[in-house]
Amino acid sequence: MPRPTPETQHFWEGTRNGQLLIQRCNACGDPYFPPRPFCPACSSHDVTVEQMSGRGSLYSYLINHTGHPGIAGPYSIAVVELDEGIRMMSNIVNCEQTPEALVIDMPVEVVFEAFTDTITLPFFQPIDAPLIDAPLIEGQTQSGAAS
Amino acid sequence: MSGPTLAVVGAAETTQMGVITDTSELQLHADAAFNALADAGLTIKDIDGLATAGERPTDVAHYLGITPRWVDGTSVGGCSFMIHVRHAAAAIAAGLCTTVLITHAESGKSRVGTAPQSFTSAMSGQFERPFGVTGPPTMFGLPVLRHMKDTGLTHEQLANVAVVQREWAGMNPRATFRDPITVDDVLSSRMIAYPFHLLECCLVTDGGGALIVTSADRAKDFPTKPVYVLGHGEGVETPMVSQMENFSSSKAFRIAGADAFASAEITTDDVDHLMVYDAFAHLPLYGLEDLGFCERGEAGDFVWERNTAPGGSLPMNTNGGGLSYMHSGMYGMYAMQESVRQMRGTAPAQVNGAEVSVSLGVGGMFGAAGCVVFSNIAP
Repeated sequence: MPRPTPETQHFWEGTRNGQLLIQRCNACGDPYFPPRPFCPACSSHDVTVEQMSGRGSLYSYLINHTGHPGIAGPYSIAVVELDEGIRMMSNIVNCEQTPEALVIDMPVEVVFEAFTDTITLPFFQPIDAPLIDAPLIEGQTQSGAAS
Repeated sequence: MSGPTLAVVGAAETTQMGVITDTSELQLHADAAFNALADAGLTIKDIDGLATAGERPTDVAHYLGITPRWVDGTSVGGCSFMIHVRHAAAAIAAGLCTTVLITHAESGKSRVGTAPQSFTSAMSGQFERPFGVTGPPTMFGLPVLRHMKDTGLTHEQLANVAVVQREWAGMNPRATFRDPITVDDVLSSRMIAYPFHLLECCLVTDGGGALIVTSADRAKDFPTKPVYVLGHGEGVETPMVSQMENFSSSKAFRIAGADAFASAEITTDDVDHLMVYDAFAHLPLYGLEDLGFCERGEAGDFVWERNTAPGGSLPMNTNGGGLSYMHSGMYGMYAMQESVRQMRGTAPAQVNGAEVSVSLGVGGMFGAAGCVVFSNIAP
């Protein structure tokens, strides 16, 4: 589980509240990720936190076949490009974990899953494809709706 | 400053490579170091500079019984040793030391007395690790499907990288895997992390290597054929593979390669032999494109057309590479060992007449890169 640091608190508070909170530089106007209190492009400290749409597309991925404690079967490790422009690692959930189901550039939306009192992870699921009940973590169900 | 200032006067790998269960990681460092000293006709007391990665230079220096006046512990993954060569060149030119030993060793397979390792940093620990990342196989290949979609690189072309390198390994008695393989063999091998099959992933073995470098004007005083360092470069991009600027290109490769070629005053046309760190089959393709040997998206065809194979115009990874020769964890040292052998004319699969060899290393997934240009032509 991630251990939040001072500059990332807003992100993890956001996911707990069902929001994907990303920073935007007021000088360049561009969003950036991961969090830090200044813009990595121009060093401006004039930045704001704003809620993303939660929609994006599947930018690239792997399907891990070597196993992971607590995860049943092969699973995707993906990079999603949000409509606002930033990219982030996640898992594509609620769909078959196959190359046929995981189509590069397909639209996806965020879903949140609480793991502890402090940590809720942002996953993504297909928007246009039928969803299946395929929890990533054994014994858990994907709860929470797209924001 | 004109002409090369640095030369490799000692180079050796550990006596054994493969699965070594009775030797600690520090012992492997020492074995490689003493082999390189013997190669150079030096004793450990002649060494006044030390660079290493994985282990701290303090640990290796104390183990070897020396107190160097210059150390470099740059540890940015498998390309650290290329960067050590570059830093040693600067240190020797500045008079900080005269004779630098660079060691790598890793009990990568047997894990005997290994230094603590971590694949995560503060940010990747929060924003990558939670998503089922378990190590290099679940990180390094992440950009490839994007690269395939954007450039048309095929699964067969990716597999063929491993096939061609196995041809080179077949000519090398020290290579771990030497039997020929086909594209079908690769594509039918066990899936590790789609789209990467087992034969598209590097070995995990035990071993090490060491280099001894000194100023070029001393090179002729040593028993082996001098190998000059014509140029070098280093670069870093991101510790998070998900945050690479361009999933079809490594910024660290481009920066390190451009500086290496510029400082050596060479172009791609001058290169007779190439080593590109191949932890996974896509890396040589990125390297070929980022160093400028191919246009974007053409490296798959370039390898398919046998340009990098035995008899081709640009022999690449002629020891068999991390995919077939050996890979103890930080493979960059072995790439440079093969460059040095090729420049000395002593490689098992010798490229006849080769005068310029380039070694490109990658480190911490696509996080860092180091590039060194070697030549056997006297300044």
